Amino acid sequence: MEYYEAQSYDLAVIGAGHAGVEAALAAARLGVSTVLFTISLDALANMPCNPSIGGTAKGHLVREIDALGGQMGKAADATFIQSRMLNRGKGPAVHSLRVQADRQKYHQYMKRVVEQQENLDLKQAEIIEIRAEDGKIRSVVTHLGAVHQVKAAILCTGTFLRGKIFVGDYSYESGPDGLHPANRLSQSLESLGLPLRRFKTGTPARVHRGSIDFSLLEPQAGDDPVTPFSFETEGPLTNRTICHIAYTNAETHEVIRQNIHRSPLYGGKIEGIGPRYCPSIEDKVVRFADKPRHQIFVEPMGLDTEEMYLQGMSSSLPEDVQLAFYRTIRGFAHVKIMRNAYAIEYDSVDPLALKPTLECKAVAGLYGAGQFNGTSGYEEAAAQGLLAGINAARACQGKEPVVLERSGSYIGTLIDDLVTKGCSDPYRMMTSRSEYRLLLRQDNADARLTPLGYELGLIGKERYQKFLAKWQLIHQETERLEATTIPPSPALNDLLVSRETSPISTGFRLGELLRRPQITYEDLAPFDPDRPELPAAVTEEAEILLKYEGYIKKQEQQVREMRRLESQLLSEDTDYSKITGLRLEAAEKLGKIRPRSVGQASRISGVSPADISVLLIWLEHRRKKGDIHD
Amino acid sequence: MTSTIAAISTPLGAGGIGVIRISGPEAVAVAEKIFSPAKNRQLADLAGYSALYGRLHDEESDFDEAVATVFRAPHSYTGEDVVELSCHGGLYLVQRALRAALDHGAQLAAPGEFTRRAYLGGKLSLAQAESVMDLIGASGKQAARAALAGRDGVLSRKIDSIADALVDLAAHLAAWNDYPDEDMESVEPGPLCAALRQSLGDCRDLLDHYDAGRILHQGVETAIVGRPNVGKSTLMNLLAGTQKSIVTAIPGTTRDVVEETVLAGEILLRLADTAGIRHTEDPVERAGVELARSRLESAQLVLAVLDRSQPLSGEDLTLLAQLKGRPAIAVLNKSDLPPRLDEERLAGLVDRTVEISAKTGEGAEELTQSIAALLHLSQIDPAAPLLANERQRKCLQAAAAALEEAIRAAEAGVTLDAVTVCLDAAIDPLLELTGKKASEAVVDAVFAQFCVGK
Repeated sequence: MEYYEAQSYDLAVIGAGHAGVEAALAAARLGVSTVLFTISLDALANMPCNPSIGGTAKGHLVREIDALGGQMGKAADATFIQSRMLNRGKGPAVHSLRVQADRQKYHQYMKRVVEQQENLDLKQAEIIEIRAEDGKIRSVVTHLGAVHQVKAAILCTGTFLRGKIFVGDYSYESGPDGLHPANRLSQSLESLGLPLRRFKTGTPARVHRGSIDFSLLEPQAGDDPVTPFSFETEGPLTNRTICHIAYTNAETHEVIRQNIHRSPLYGGKIEGIGPRYCPSIEDKVVRFADKPRHQIFVEPMGLDTEEMYLQGMSSSLPEDVQLAFYRTIRGFAHVKIMRNAYAIEYDSVDPLALKPTLECKAVAGLYGAGQFNGTSGYEEAAAQGLLAGINAARACQGKEPVVLERSGSYIGTLIDDLVTKGCSDPYRMMTSRSEYRLLLRQDNADARLTPLGYELGLIGKERYQKFLAKWQLIHQETERLEATTIPPSPALNDLLVSRETSPISTGFRLGELLRRPQITYEDLAPFDPDRPELPAAVTEEAEILLKYEGYIKKQEQQVREMRRLESQLLSEDTDYSKITGLRLEAAEKLGKIRPRSVGQASRISGVSPADISVLLIWLEHRRKKGDIHD
Repeated sequence: MTSTIAAISTPLGAGGIGVIRISGPEAVAVAEKIFSPAKNRQLADLAGYSALYGRLHDEESDFDEAVATVFRAPHSYTGEDVVELSCHGGLYLVQRALRAALDHGAQLAAPGEFTRRAYLGGKLSLAQAESVMDLIGASGKQAARAALAGRDGVLSRKIDSIADALVDLAAHLAAWNDYPDEDMESVEPGPLCAALRQSLGDCRDLLDHYDAGRILHQGVETAIVGRPNVGKSTLMNLLAGTQKSIVTAIPGTTRDVVEETVLAGEILLRLADTAGIRHTEDPVERAGVELARSRLESAQLVLAVLDRSQPLSGEDLTLLAQLKGRPAIAVLNKSDLPPRLDEERLAGLVDRTVEISAKTGEGAEELTQSIAALLHLSQIDPAAPLLANERQRKCLQAAAAALEEAIRAAEAGVTLDAVTVCLDAAIDPLLELTGKKASEAVVDAVFAQFCVGK
């Protein structure tokens, strides 16, 4: 193959899915000359699976991406067709925003944003090789022989890397949605020392809207009013569609059981490890045999298409079996499949090979994000893309990397989990994964991350000022509620008694009443004559801060305790085998993972509290000897 | 803020003096709560390096006379305020004094923590840093081994079953929170509170009856190992018979291990006569061998019995190879018979050998001395099992406190997100011994038990 020297860039982003787009936008916005490569320009920010953004914990990630200056939240606000806040009533920590997005419009919106971004070139090409010298990246090479010198690159390869699709007995090399796979890059990555492995995921069929009898399904409407993802989105948003719920039945399960031997999974043809949280319908039927029915959400792929997505029904059974079992479902008797369900297997890296900056340990300047790092989900990908983009750009500029704390964000929790514990199946974010979930709420993502976004240069001055003003109002309002005493009155006591909480006989501070779980901010309006006119985001926040104050303080205390260990940094080239007193197992694990701090070390399985004590003494010893200064 | 820590700082024996050491900013305050000086004097008024005579007490009663010695920062071993309470050295009293200190605000010292504080406080030289790390590493290993030994116990199984119930409950809540659209049984406050109260009751029951049966876990856990018919049982009988046996033989909670607690010199040993370790196809015998192997893993001291009247066998050598790096003594039994064992082949495999005749009792004294010397040299902490137990108890208390908070929150109608955080706080200490975190256990349980996902 003949090569030619093509334009050089600071940063090449390989893959323009949800990780790649955020990575490229962040880097370009930070002033780094960036090129974004994609196998198809028509698949930029594509949603090859669910046409949906957000959900539990994922919605939190989108809010955090937005608070840091990323694009996903704005794109979702601009192109959503139905929006719901999940878990209302279960507490603010688990409130989660989820929207159905118009798949085509989302792609068009993001493509436009990328095209208009300064410092950013968008190119259709397959990257087939990464060249490195002395453990440092030098260039990326396209399938047409163009050699681009770069200072850094980010691998956002999604399911394209040696992608292989399975439908029953039939399998073929392919990327998602009929796009061609990236078959040649894996070998180059392996020769650079990246430990690759096979993961698998799946998607259900898309069916024609006109072939479904919706009168037999349960409708599911969106919220009114709609809460936006982005802290910057203003103006009323409206739902444009409704979704529907259908159920499998005994007959469906029987068809699946009769044909289970034709599944490539159960026949042993798929070697990739699939996600535990996203089981195919055949998995559900086999593993949870006593469940009489499974839910299916019928979701439009967009406003100007008849394609409908069947959430909950992914499968790798043969096409004829798919049609047979879909048709057993009430309302689906005449259903027509437009795109069949399939399983896809792809190469990903063991994330223990990455640093907390998402840079590969083996190759300086090479980063990974998204499914390449072993995660699943658009939001998880975008979150990593944003951080990889920030860190790659800062590395090009000779600046210190950014590592987010577990206690400050789901993004930080996600990356810490990946690089500290690794993952044995595609990783999905869940609120249960965060020990600090009362602090990491979707409502306060801006308070947690916008100051950093501003400091980095991803948040403009105007937005930052607005943010400061909003939080000033919140604090003023909590202080006012704490300071204002209201007298007992028959009307107030009627309210208290009707909510099954005790009446008052002396004056009470509003804050105290608000701490009662049964009483809301809205309830107290008639008894609070001096209440100022405030935006909903402000009053909601003030209410949460007061109501959950005790729990929030307790979690903040835990954060302070952990931070003592997080602030003890460990050098990357520490030779753990030479530290006396460390157990062999601990020394091996530490040597492999090379944690950034004692805090991260303490989360590695196989590292005991005694090992942590030894590390602390060793650090202190080196400090006293003057080896390190801090 | 630095915490105040406490631990037993003398070897555990049946006689002599036992010392509880308390170190940290609250050392004097903690000591004052459990120690009343005679003659109306106050510990708080005491200058460094001085002592008062008085009585130790806990919630129940006065239980011993003691001397409290106060060291003022920075003139102490750790460089912090330190109080040493010297009481009568019996197991029961020393442990009761420690527990009183823990119940009044002291934290149980982590392995090697006094030395670590001494080093960080500048009381030890830089040159000593490596030996400090070594010591902490070694005591950490001992603590881990003691914890491992404790895991076989009834107590651990009960703690595990409470943890399992709570993880299941938390998994249901997590699945319900993280998969709100799934077709799943909702979590109602009534059944939730009932389940929480059930687990709280289990924790409290366990704490109330905690001391029953724990005597099994006192002393240096010692395994007597060897192939069949080399005289393990005879050695066990010899040690139990000629030494002052303070506890009669208790059939182990675990099937084939017979336990006996004996005092060897100053040191309390918990002896276990195990099945011979050998390869076998017989399933019943294999279970016994597995047990012996796990006992060998968790033992702090190993007595490897060899038959001196026979040449070394392959089985002997395999066994000796497993002892590498462990505190072990090769006991060459049957010294009353003509020797046929080539002792030179033992060199490099095991550091200490003692010749005895378990049958006649010849060499028993030498064995005792050798044990004492070995334990002294390898800095075995005889209190490790006891501390492992105290740690478990503290974990149970922490879990109970977190459960109380979870119940208060659920009953008051606080939203479930806050309840789940309290639940995590109850699960974490119960899982401490397994090294797992609540969040991981819960996520695993969600996927194992619930059919969730798209």
